[in-house]
Amino acid sequence: MDARHSRAKTLMEEENKKPHREEVCPGKKDKLDLKAVSAQIAATKGPEYWRSLEELAGTPEFQEMLHREFPKGASEWLDAVSRRGFLKLMGASLAMAGMTACTKQPMEPIVPYVRQPEEVIPGRPLFFASAFTLSGYATPIMVESHLYRPTKIEGNDQHPASLGGTDVFTQASLLEMYDPDRSQTITYLGDVRTWGGFLDAIRGPLNAQKAVQGAGIRILTRTVSSPALADQLRSVLKLYPQAKWHVYEPVNRENVLEGAKLAFGQPVETLYKLENADVIVSLDADFLCAGFPGNTRYIRDFAKRRNPDAGNMSRLYVVESTPSSTGVKADHRLPLRAIDVEVFARDLQRHWEAKGDVIALTGPGSDAAWAYKHEYMEMVSSVAKDLKAHSGSSIIIVGDHQPPVVHALAHAINQALGNVGKTVFYTDPVDANPINQTESIKDLVAEMRAGKVDMLFIIGGNPAYDAPVDLGFADALKTTNIPMRVHLGLYQDETAELCQWHLNEAHYLESWGDIRAYDGTVSIVQPLIAPLYSGKSAYELTAFLAGQAEASGHEVVQGYWKKQHPGADFDAFWRKSLHDGWIAGTTFTPKSINPKTANFPPSTASDAKSIEINFRRDPSVYDGCFSNNGWLQELPKPMSKMTWDNPVFIGPAMAARMGLKTEDLVTLELNGKKVTAPIWIQAGHPDNSITVFLGYGRRRAGRAGTGAGFDMYPLRSSATPWFTTGVNIAKAGGTYKLATTQGYQTMDTPVGARPQVRTASVDEYRKEPEFAKDEEPPKELTLYKPYPYEKEAYVWGMAIDLDACVGCNNCIVACQAENNIPVVGKEQVVIGRHMHWLRVDTYYQGDRDNPKAYFQPVPCQQCENAPCEVVCPVGATVHSTEGLNDMVYNRCVGTRYCSNNCPYKVRRFNFLLFQDWETPQYKMMRNPDVTVRSRGVMEKCTYCVQRITQHRIDSEREDRKIQDSELQTACQQSCPANAIVFGNINDPNSQVSKLKGVPRNYGLLADLNTRPRTTYLAEIRNPNSELQS
Amino acid sequence: MDEPRQPATLSDRAPVIEPGYTFGSVTDKISSIVLTRPTSNGWFLGFGVAFLLTMMMLYAIGYLFVRGVGIWGITIPIGWGFAIVNFVWWIGIGHAGTLISAILLLLRQSWRNSINRFAEAMTLFAVACAGTFPLIHMGRPWLAYWLFPYPNTMNYWPQFRSPLVWDVFAVSTYATISFLFWFIGLVPDLATLRDRSTNRWAQMIYGILALGWRGSARHWHRYETAYLLLAGLATPLVLSVHTVVSFDFAIAIVPGWHTTIFPPYFVAGAIYSGFAMVLMLAIPIRKFYGLEDFITERHLQNSAKVMLATGLIVAYGYGIEAFMGWYSGNRYDAFLLWNRLHGPYAPCYYALLACNIFIPQLLWIRKLRTSPLALFLLSAVILVGMWLERFIIVVVSLHRDFLTSSWGMYYPTRWDWMTFIGTIGLFLAAMFLFVRILPMISIFEMRTLLPEAEVKE
Repeated sequence: MDARHSRAKTLMEEENKKPHREEVCPGKKDKLDLKAVSAQIAATKGPEYWRSLEELAGTPEFQEMLHREFPKGASEWLDAVSRRGFLKLMGASLAMAGMTACTKQPMEPIVPYVRQPEEVIPGRPLFFASAFTLSGYATPIMVESHLYRPTKIEGNDQHPASLGGTDVFTQASLLEMYDPDRSQTITYLGDVRTWGGFLDAIRGPLNAQKAVQGAGIRILTRTVSSPALADQLRSVLKLYPQAKWHVYEPVNRENVLEGAKLAFGQPVETLYKLENADVIVSLDADFLCAGFPGNTRYIRDFAKRRNPDAGNMSRLYVVESTPSSTGVKADHRLPLRAIDVEVFARDLQRHWEAKGDVIALTGPGSDAAWAYKHEYMEMVSSVAKDLKAHSGSSIIIVGDHQPPVVHALAHAINQALGNVGKTVFYTDPVDANPINQTESIKDLVAEMRAGKVDMLFIIGGNPAYDAPVDLGFADALKTTNIPMRVHLGLYQDETAELCQWHLNEAHYLESWGDIRAYDGTVSIVQPLIAPLYSGKSAYELTAFLAGQAEASGHEVVQGYWKKQHPGADFDAFWRKSLHDGWIAGTTFTPKSINPKTANFPPSTASDAKSIEINFRRDPSVYDGCFSNNGWLQELPKPMSKMTWDNPVFIGPAMAARMGLKTEDLVTLELNGKKVTAPIWIQAGHPDNSITVFLGYGRRRAGRAGTGAGFDMYPLRSSATPWFTTGVNIAKAGGTYKLATTQGYQTMDTPVGARPQVRTASVDEYRKEPEFAKDEEPPKELTLYKPYPYEKEAYVWGMAIDLDACVGCNNCIVACQAENNIPVVGKEQVVIGRHMHWLRVDTYYQGDRDNPKAYFQPVPCQQCENAPCEVVCPVGATVHSTEGLNDMVYNRCVGTRYCSNNCPYKVRRFNFLLFQDWETPQYKMMRNPDVTVRSRGVMEKCTYCVQRITQHRIDSEREDRKIQDSELQTACQQSCPANAIVFGNINDPNSQVSKLKGVPRNYGLLADLNTRPRTTYLAEIRNPNSELQS
Repeated sequence: MDEPRQPATLSDRAPVIEPGYTFGSVTDKISSIVLTRPTSNGWFLGFGVAFLLTMMMLYAIGYLFVRGVGIWGITIPIGWGFAIVNFVWWIGIGHAGTLISAILLLLRQSWRNSINRFAEAMTLFAVACAGTFPLIHMGRPWLAYWLFPYPNTMNYWPQFRSPLVWDVFAVSTYATISFLFWFIGLVPDLATLRDRSTNRWAQMIYGILALGWRGSARHWHRYETAYLLLAGLATPLVLSVHTVVSFDFAIAIVPGWHTTIFPPYFVAGAIYSGFAMVLMLAIPIRKFYGLEDFITERHLQNSAKVMLATGLIVAYGYGIEAFMGWYSGNRYDAFLLWNRLHGPYAPCYYALLACNIFIPQLLWIRKLRTSPLALFLLSAVILVGMWLERFIIVVVSLHRDFLTSSWGMYYPTRWDWMTFIGTIGLFLAAMFLFVRILPMISIFEMRTLLPEAEVKE
């Protein structure tokens, strides 16, 4: 050892004198660490340095250092484990190891794509055609899929039932699929079971039923219009000839079918061609609202004929019992109690048949003091005259809830007017089992009570909650001790609670199926994702019942269509059907049938004295099946802008008479059943009548739906499912807070009206086309340098045609899905913190008992002189070179100054952490192209800037400009009315530029010199000059 | 002893300092509050309550940081609520201190000498209370530093067209100058305290703060120059700070905000409320510490007159706003007026008119001007009125603006109230500490008011 080494040794000894962790560990002294080595090297001088490493390498210390994983300074776990510690660790390890043994971990290979799946580019979506089903009617859709996760639903623009539009339920069904409250397992008496366990359990009882030809088997479904499922169910019935298939759906169309039977002797579907109609008369039909079969297409056709710049406008007369968006769009509207609509129809028919001669009109009821007598008389005679003048190009549509006789009368009038074959068509019913559903469930309950039912399969639906109250379905289910009650459903709902077996249903986005649209066209429902919770579809359950052991949904559906389309080209046929979203040649052909008679016995006698109660499906949660859907719960209903609740609608005159104010609690009493609920004074509601909405007051809906609103089913009996008189209203005392998003629903202020929606009759418009134009301040009237756009390729703008907008709310849900907009809950809506980037304002004008009303969708106006931009202290909202007001979320510090200064109040602020950052399902659902905003950040409409960017990238790669037709914002794409047009206003040939050139184009609050890029086309109405006075 | 100086022309005017004092007795009297007199139970009670309120404020702010500004009543369309109301109110209150110390100094109003010290302290504490609000009202307060222009790697720079950025500069400048002015003015008195205290710690602390003041002629010369310069700097701030604060509103397009009268009207309102606060502090202080000889009727009268004058300017502002609502023919301004008079917040507006215009007219009565109790009550009324004025401006303008569909209501939550009342606690706690540990009246400036100080030719 030379001096150098001894030096090093001294250093190390010094080092070792310090207390080291190793000292705890015996026999590990004299180690060399980096520090010591470098000190040693530093200490050596001159040429020796170059040899020193080699020399050092020979030492045992250096060798040791090479073998050590970490240098000495790094923290290491070198403690000698004590005996006690060892036992502790081992004990814990064993316990933990035991925990992992509970489930077999699935194999999860995490290798990158060896072979890239065709067409899948990470970050780019794929689109798949499918169909959404509501009460048996399909909405054809294209589903956007990001790496096999459905993230957005669009209409299938190739399909005649959609043409690109959707409805709110379709849009929001995406959230339903990802709903964390969905039933996630099969349960038997509340315990978790497997599908195999369920099959084992029913095999025996099913075999036993074979002996009695299935006399104890009952199947209860909702309306089935799926050809394959109907075929399955029929084969079950074939296997068990004594078994029965019952159908019930609370919002059904049995009156329509009964009316058709009355008129034609057979159930038929009635289809309308609104684009060919010059005069449309709606008898309590809300055909522009989601839930009316074919509404998406009808809105498109209706809007097409409401454009005064593109030819002849149609004229819409609405006689209605509950104010609806269809009534809002009417040129003439008459509020009439539902029970009196039949009288109106008869008066109309009589007046029409009198060939212009004055006849004795009866009017509704016998109340001479009826305020609308005069209007009623005039309406009947002018409508009759107008219809006569437009024979062959008019339509009478009757609401689903009107009694069969009114439908029959309408068929007769349509026939007499020569509309059939021109504007009105009859086809086979879409419903595969068009029976009277009320009778059907009545029979079922009777048999349950008679003890004839051994096995009850409830496939979808929630009859324990929504069956007619007088049948006592839930009670029957509870008390009759049916040995085998099976419920297949998306939720562990009120019915699941009363069944031994609950099977978690696969959502339609997770399973195979087929379904008919309103015109009969069949769409294949294809899954976008494997079932999140291994749910089973109705096809799979019925396949088992039909004796096809464990057939998959895919096999069932494909098998059925193979039978319909045998032949070698099946593969091509199947692929084309999947790709297009419908099966060619399945559209029903119109039938030529004639009503047997035009005289029908009156159904109900009007009693003008007693109060009428109407039961209506809710515009947001339908019959209650969407109760747990936050997007729909928070969707402001078209007329009241109500969220999260279903107050009782009552007319202003009646409320004044009874001394009631909005939010007062009342007790409704009908047939001995009582419900207490708050009221909402709805302008335009007929007097002596109230409307209640179904679908609320759920007990077992989930975190959003449970407890929201008031259950109205206890008032609804099988005899009068839609309306009846004799309801008793009493003040219950107290109030109930309601959450509306628009507290002030008029443009009138005490110091004059504000021209927010501008409107004129078509004659006025022809006379003075520029009536909507405001005096705008000169463009140079700003302190700041104007943005130069001349050189820019794109300058974005939007035009919204108020004439076309029917207030269907679809744009709101589409925007919510596209832009990851959170749901805030009722308490926050009450304060006013709803987050919708796009809202639809509803304004009432004039007589509160029968007002005119207007819809106005308001997204960010993307002002050229944006008041928000100049006041932001941190530059979080800035003007883009393409004219957008960009929102830079990362930069926002949340002063809310921009919102204060926004005259349109379209900015939304994350006052709290509104976004759910935790639930894994929602993480999968969100649009990956849009930032998920956090607390304290302002947000607003960006004209779907992510879509613009995507198309810019695509077009630049292809070295071309973005085409006018290819780029659509989410609201525009979903709009069934084509009311929203977005595009490049630097291109004079773009659709939006052309619309902005129309004389009725105006900017909202343009007098403030904001120069909004979103402009509105004023609403033009086409009133009958006879009725105008 | 000589008679104290009396203005020959206005012989009936009350003196600025009661007769019978000498340099020594003035110094004794003021410094004894800090150094020798035992701390009263009243002080402990008052400070205790104020301290508890401060703790409540910290709790409210802590919860705010955890949950977000959603715990307040603000919403869309009322994006600013109590936080901004309180900010403007406190900033306004601070103005009287600067006016008294700077402008009155430059105008050689020597009566100010007995109230300027605590008026300046009041400014400082009011600005501290005010400064809290813009910070905590932000959605993401941890990013507040983004409002300052500083070199960074984020390629980020404030947006200088925004009045909020101007605010940052105006308020921070104001706070700095106010502090310097107050501290410079304190130096000779700190030296007095240093020299008079017997406690070692007090000697050390006052000694350090006195910056080595020995009272030499050179020191006095430098002091006078610095003080005058700072007064010169502070004078424009009296006008500019509230002008900039008023720009927060005047620059915006909201009806009720977008008006050119705001800068002068805000400044007048600020001084109005500031003097009210000075009186609310001075009256009890002179009572409890027996300082009626130093803060005399003359001071109360003068303050009351300033309030009367600024109150009339404020009244003129309201008048012009109402007139323009009608005269402009603008539908939004016309509605604003209607909404103030008949809308859901109309009681606030009537209360505002009563508190700020009608009740203060009582100040025309001489008897009330010289009655401490009456002045105290009137000042309280004015402070409430000025708070209501800011509430009307911020909330009532926002809650019903352009589109009728977007109208809303604002209801303050308990967190709003806790924060607001908490800042009053903070302000009072700071004032209690101030009167206890620093000379609340400028000793050396008081001495200049004595006849002894008159230079004999």
